[in-house]
Amino acid sequence: MDADIDRLRDEILASLAAAGDLAALEAVRISALGRKGRVTELTKSLGALPPEQRREVGQRVNVLKREIEAALATRAAELEASALERRLAAERIDITLPARERPQGRIHPVSQVAEEIAAIFADMGFAVAEGPDVEDDFHNFTALNFPPEHPARLMHDTFFLEATQDGQPLLLRTHTSPVQIRHMMAGPPPYRVIAPGRTYRCDSDMTHTPMFHQVEGLMIGRDVHMGHLKGCLIDFVHAFFERPDIKVRFRPSFFPFTEPSAEVDIGCRRGRDELVVGEGADWLEILGCGMVHPNVIRAVGLDPEDWQGFAFGMGIDRVAMLKYGIPDLRTFFEADLRWLRHYGFLPLDVPTTYAGLSR
Amino acid sequence: MKLTLPWLKDHLETDASAAAIAEALTALGLEVEGIEDPARPLAGFVVGYVREARPHPQADRLRLCTVDTGDDILEVVCGAPNARAGMKGVFAREGLIIPHSGEVLKRAEIRGVVSQGMLCSARELNLGTEHDGIIELPDDAEIGAPAAVALGLEGPVLDVAVTPDRADCLSVRGIARDLAAAGLGRLRPLRIEPVAPEGPPGPAVRLDFTAETASACPLFVARLIRGVRNRPSPAWLQRRLKSVGLRPISALVDITNYVTIDLGRPLHVFDAAKLSGDLVLRLARAGERLRALDGKEYELVPSATVIADESGAVSLGGIIGGESTGVTEATTDVVLEVALFDPVRTGVSGRTLGIESDARQRFERGLDPAFVLPGAEHATRLIVDLCGGAPAPLVVAGHEPPGPPPITFRTASLPKLAGLTLPIDEIQRILSALGFALEGGPEVWAVTPPSWRHDVHTEACIVEELARIHGFDRIPPVSVRRDAAVGATVLTFEQRRRAHVRRALAAQGLCEAVTWSFMPEELAARFGAATPVRLANPISADLGALRPSILPNLLLAAARNVARGEASGGLFEVGPRFTGARPGEQVVAAAGLRFGAAVTRGWSAPTRPVDAFDAKADVLAALAAAGIKPEQVQATPDAPAWYHPGRSGLLRLGPQVLGSFGDLHPAIRKTLDLDLPVVGFELDVDALPRPRAKPGKTRPPLEAWPYPPIDRDLAFVVDESVTADALLKAIRNAEKKLLREVSLFDVYRGPGLPEGKKSLAVAIRLQSRERTLTEAEAEPIIRRMVEAAARLAGASLRA
Repeated sequence: MDADIDRLRDEILASLAAAGDLAALEAVRISALGRKGRVTELTKSLGALPPEQRREVGQRVNVLKREIEAALATRAAELEASALERRLAAERIDITLPARERPQGRIHPVSQVAEEIAAIFADMGFAVAEGPDVEDDFHNFTALNFPPEHPARLMHDTFFLEATQDGQPLLLRTHTSPVQIRHMMAGPPPYRVIAPGRTYRCDSDMTHTPMFHQVEGLMIGRDVHMGHLKGCLIDFVHAFFERPDIKVRFRPSFFPFTEPSAEVDIGCRRGRDELVVGEGADWLEILGCGMVHPNVIRAVGLDPEDWQGFAFGMGIDRVAMLKYGIPDLRTFFEADLRWLRHYGFLPLDVPTTYAGLSR
Repeated sequence: MKLTLPWLKDHLETDASAAAIAEALTALGLEVEGIEDPARPLAGFVVGYVREARPHPQADRLRLCTVDTGDDILEVVCGAPNARAGMKGVFAREGLIIPHSGEVLKRAEIRGVVSQGMLCSARELNLGTEHDGIIELPDDAEIGAPAAVALGLEGPVLDVAVTPDRADCLSVRGIARDLAAAGLGRLRPLRIEPVAPEGPPGPAVRLDFTAETASACPLFVARLIRGVRNRPSPAWLQRRLKSVGLRPISALVDITNYVTIDLGRPLHVFDAAKLSGDLVLRLARAGERLRALDGKEYELVPSATVIADESGAVSLGGIIGGESTGVTEATTDVVLEVALFDPVRTGVSGRTLGIESDARQRFERGLDPAFVLPGAEHATRLIVDLCGGAPAPLVVAGHEPPGPPPITFRTASLPKLAGLTLPIDEIQRILSALGFALEGGPEVWAVTPPSWRHDVHTEACIVEELARIHGFDRIPPVSVRRDAAVGATVLTFEQRRRAHVRRALAAQGLCEAVTWSFMPEELAARFGAATPVRLANPISADLGALRPSILPNLLLAAARNVARGEASGGLFEVGPRFTGARPGEQVVAAAGLRFGAAVTRGWSAPTRPVDAFDAKADVLAALAAAGIKPEQVQATPDAPAWYHPGRSGLLRLGPQVLGSFGDLHPAIRKTLDLDLPVVGFELDVDALPRPRAKPGKTRPPLEAWPYPPIDRDLAFVVDESVTADALLKAIRNAEKKLLREVSLFDVYRGPGLPEGKKSLAVAIRLQSRERTLTEAEAEPIIRRMVEAAARLAGASLRA
């Protein structure tokens, strides 16, 4: 009987080893352990044995059964592994094929830089004001202390509309300064706003476009003085260019709507084909500013004895060009896809001061 | 305004270098745009003394010169006919760069003799065109001294940008005064030495104005000078004028130019022999003409001030003289004119006539009214000194207008406005140095500006003067801090919504463009402007009208991109479009387009052209970013005329139109040379409905029910004219409670379907929040839906 069991074991293990795939293995399992399998039959035949033998042989058959089950599992795992290996080999792809293209859009540098500027000034407590592109003479000139015969009012660098309003000329704002006037006339002081937007001048050459972007700044309070103007703009320049070592120079200048007036230069190095901000011994003008002229304060119905402060106007396109090394202003408005992809920003790159303005 | 360092030193006693002066000027608000030193290229060139000159043994026309350079004695071969013993010339040692050729001078052997340097011609040094001989320096030139000194070169030239308020600094003296106030030296006194008049006075002068126009010329001084000789002016004067870019003409003309630059006082000289009768100052008459000194004839504007004699206008006051009465070398008697003209009138006339001149530049900014008579005496002295002649007594018409009233200046205003504190004596020193008169103090002053300053009107102007001279860079900066510890949201709802729309569109793969606010008028008319808002003075016809829509500008940009070889792409813009000409008649809109292929050629999927549904996806993404749920938006087939009428639509939320999308009309594409599929969209971002404000930020609880849904796919056959929306609405309305989702997943036309029919396949999901649905529960619902589809959309289930 023992010899029968051993033989049976050897035969089953041999056919198990010979099973080439999971189906053959299953056939072996059925022939051994199935309802009519040989081991099952053997178990059934145990009843015919004398009780004293039955126990001993029964144990041996059980050992055999467990041994075959274990061998089946091992063999099944082997076969599965090799089947998987074959499948994987068959499923191989050419991973050097190009990835599926998902077109990436871009944010225009003007929008991005305007947001950078707003983020910095928001940190200093400035809100964002807006005004119309079409302006009248009062907001663009008169209230800003332009004398009646100022050249800018003539057909010089101002775009006029054919239409008029109550006999007064309508024009495209030549600067964002009229937003100062509208903002101050709309509510009580103190004021702390920036006003980014499109501006227009009748000018078109290598470095001028008939439309460009400015950001106005206005801070009016009881005791806002030139020290604040300097502190505010120096802090801005360092934050915007992301270099705390940039030299900033305030140079006296002239604007009808500020007194005193200044232009602000930043230190730079001019190379043959490049301009590096923050290094070198050259200077580059980036904005005009000053203390709001008493006549402007008066024009919006306030008393300059009570209220004073500063204003500035800066070219958004210009500082975008400087910060990101964009050589030609005219290219900003050409909507050349190659340019937009190259100089544009990814939609998820939202500038903040806490996480960094730019990568 | 150009000036040279030596010229400046006529007025300013200083040891400061050109660089230090330039830096100080810029800090004063007189920005130096450039410094050019004509002596720089001559560094190393020295005065050489020709000890001996003898013929070259091998060449008749060459000479061998023994030159004393101060350091050594060298042999030089020279071909100049004027090279001779005893002369002094400009010697260049080997190794120097010759300015004209830009080449390094090398030791050369000329016909067997080694030449150890070169004696230079004017042309070789870029000092003139003379090349027939070498430069001959004066006998007293010091041997070995720098040639630039011996040549009397003017020295560094500074180019100063004078702001329009500073008329006084359009003169060397005015610039010197500012520098002296800033501590860069001492202002030398200006000496006016009148010449005693002789003989009877010259022509009488009459001011012929009404009370309203009297300001045109409040004061006019004329003086006849008899017996002058108008020769070329002396070398020093010619050099000065040339150094600042003026061409010497004759002594009389050069003197007027010199005084203009030196003292900021324009003058004019008439040839007295060419004047007929007395001089009348008046406004120009209608149709009056003048041939000016620039050789051009002008039809004068009636607002212009003219100087006339019996023949008519002979000069345009403050702008330019007339040709007929100009001085020549033959002139013997001259009438010198020194006048005041109204700055505004001068500016307007000059601009209208298109005449730029040094005189106009100064008159339109305002001259010193107190310097008319002194200016006349000063000019007389120069004329008599350089041209001879005898001056007649001055003829004066009009009066010097009163100077500006004093300004109240409170010492406390300086720290209040400028954030700067100065000692009282420094305040006094600065203002006095600039010519201001101070009374009172120490807390409140009456400050009278000098007669030459027309830009100082208010206390703030006095503060500016003090801060400017002391130095803006010395004002301590104070950081601006926000009031709240944590920054508040500063953007308005609209500003944030625009930013969201912008980034959402970029995330759809579109590139943001910024295009002009203008466009061609005919495009404005085609894109919705009933009457285009036209510019009166456009820069070109292509930019003649304000844009009523952004889309045409993007279409033009797309055409340019296609022409550059872009086969497909997408653009969008967020910016103003104009609905009228008045301020505020504009709205912030977004527009976008895609052209060419939606799926570009690749190995993994077939390419396909862009279609209206790409544009619909873009505009819905923008709306979603703006807080509008796409499923609440309805499309209706009534888009504006620039879209394809059968492949475009308006998007509506209830009664409100949100935007439009679709294929562009083929006629528009043809006009714009876009020979490929183009789809676009537009929406007025700022006009979109504002989501209802909610009290808090909490969101409703998530409804993720645990019970399995029942999904059914149904294919309906409908008439071509039935919209997907109609079918879906019918199905949706048939069951409210258990319908979770219904979506359209296939549209089919073709074999198996009758002509004029299409099949719409719809996926329906039913789900209960309370229990697992059974088929038995689902069955009647599906049946109701099929019935509703049949009743409301004429739909039958596809067999």
